[in-house]
Amino acid sequence: MGAAPGPAFHALRLDGLQRDFGALNALKGLDLTIQRGEFIALLGPSGCGKSTALNCIAGLLPLTGGSIWLDERRIDTLRPEERGFGMVFQNYALFPHLTARRNIGFGLRMRGVPKPELERRVDAAIAMVRLESQSEKLPGQMSGGQQQRVAIARAVVVEPPLVLMDEPLSNLDAKLRIEMRQEIRRIHNQLGTTTIYVTHDQEEALSLADRIVVLRDGRIRQVGAPEELYARPAHLDVAEFMGYRTRLAARILARDGDVLTLDLGIGQLQGIEAAPIAGETATLALRPDDLQPVAEGTPHLRAQVEAVEFIGREFHGLARSARGDALHFRAAERPALGETLCLGADPRRVLAYPEMQP
Amino acid sequence: MTVRGRLAARGIDGVTLLVLPAVALLVLLFVYPFLYGLFLSFRPKDGSLLGNYARFFGDPFFRDTVWVTMRLALPVTLLNLLLALPIALRVRHLRRQRLLITVLVLPITLGTVLVSEGMLNYFGPQGWFSRTLMLLGLIGAPVKLVQSYTGVFLSLLITGFPFTFLLTLSYVTGIDPALEQAGATLGAGPSRRFRHVLLPLLLPGLAITFCLSFVQAYSVLPSAVLVGDPSRTTRVISIAAYQAAFEEYDYAMASTVALIMGATQLAVVGMALGLRGLLYRGPAGGAKG
Repeated sequence: MGAAPGPAFHALRLDGLQRDFGALNALKGLDLTIQRGEFIALLGPSGCGKSTALNCIAGLLPLTGGSIWLDERRIDTLRPEERGFGMVFQNYALFPHLTARRNIGFGLRMRGVPKPELERRVDAAIAMVRLESQSEKLPGQMSGGQQQRVAIARAVVVEPPLVLMDEPLSNLDAKLRIEMRQEIRRIHNQLGTTTIYVTHDQEEALSLADRIVVLRDGRIRQVGAPEELYARPAHLDVAEFMGYRTRLAARILARDGDVLTLDLGIGQLQGIEAAPIAGETATLALRPDDLQPVAEGTPHLRAQVEAVEFIGREFHGLARSARGDALHFRAAERPALGETLCLGADPRRVLAYPEMQP
Repeated sequence: MTVRGRLAARGIDGVTLLVLPAVALLVLLFVYPFLYGLFLSFRPKDGSLLGNYARFFGDPFFRDTVWVTMRLALPVTLLNLLLALPIALRVRHLRRQRLLITVLVLPITLGTVLVSEGMLNYFGPQGWFSRTLMLLGLIGAPVKLVQSYTGVFLSLLITGFPFTFLLTLSYVTGIDPALEQAGATLGAGPSRRFRHVLLPLLLPGLAITFCLSFVQAYSVLPSAVLVGDPSRTTRVISIAAYQAAFEEYDYAMASTVALIMGATQLAVVGMALGLRGLLYRGPAGGAKG
């Protein structure tokens, strides 16, 4: 109480965060500096340590190594109630015995905010998440989306310096997810808060965040703006996570700057060196959007169509090469099943990575 | 619509007949003896309708048993709850839960008689307890812990605690741990998390636990005789019923005592449940899932 940091700070610094569960190292030294007002997405597959990191920042899990700094103040030794961060939980964690209004007012009540001010701020928060007509309901009487709005309002009404969100949309259906995504970004902009958002959904991270932090096995793999991560993943596993679904083994025939000419046995392609490659072999990563039928003259791969789906405006297909590679591609017209296609791509969109990565 | 069709619409069909054996069993073993006892209680030896009830409430020897039993059962139940709650709150975070629970639950499996025998040896005038205290010079003469109110109280505490604890633990573990974490991130320290989050969600369950533990304690018989003072301070109501039935062979009076026992017990349970009705009673989890 009272010791909670105010909303004004410049940077949150994570310094070598470590967390072990027995013999398992969930976090192996996480370093990251977050500027005030940023929207950061922690992205990674399940078990990569992203939720652990969030719980450590919130103070719900003690660190086994490293420290957390809010400007010059060390906060990892504080208990969660002393940190004053807002947190939105995956299952919302609304108090089932309190109405939406009382849930939202809980944090202000714990901070001893006088009643008139409390009522005014709660009203404003309810209006912000557009729940005016539902405010006297118990959580059990509300839909998932409404509960999520209450959870967000409850976390931000105390004007915390930092809002932590742990996969807040994973329990909602697809349509509501997109709606709430926009809502979350709107609230972040409106309040000027700093947000750390944990998700395993790359689309969510790309659309929400100012910066994405990709985690894998308790380590940071890449940090960057969404456009950057989308266009130039620094590692093969990040690429895979960013929707580069096609992976192909290739041999380097020639180099011209960072443009490589590659032989795949099923045809040739040009691509760029996305990460330094020492040897003669490489692994190519391609997004379905970038691989498409081309004329015979340009570099191409030959593969037989196995499956086609209409995704609106165009088609996505799966083709199989003679040596068994799966190629995900797009096409403007419906390809016939069993047809052999010549598939090619813009060399800037064919990313080559070292065959084996540490 | 046919009769059969209308019954089916209400969920009654051939399969419904399967409840009959259970209903028969219930009627034979519970409803019939209850009604027969009720009938019997109005047929006292002296022939008047309310003679037995007049005798019960007129004679302090009978009347006082209600008070004696309440005086044992109520504090024991409350104390058990007060002990069980903090231990359950602590145990839920432990990794070695199973071992601890096994140790705590052991007294249930031992049974009242064995516990009473043990207490007679341990707490008796020549038992280790008094002798150790005397050896240490803490007391001059043996403390009177058995053959008294204290004896029955301790025995009820020992045998009743595991039951109360297990029930309490099941309610405590039913609360989503994320709720407490949410409370913490919103600025509530441990004591306020307990007051504003845990307690309101636990109270309905604690009321049920209270009722069940109370009913157990209220029907105490073996320990009241074995480690108690069954002619005076621990002459509980079941002793009165037992004596009426098997020493005086007055089944009508025994039925009367049993019915009064049931009624007084029901009054306490009813009060607890009435208070519970004022509380939030929904699920203690966060979301619909």
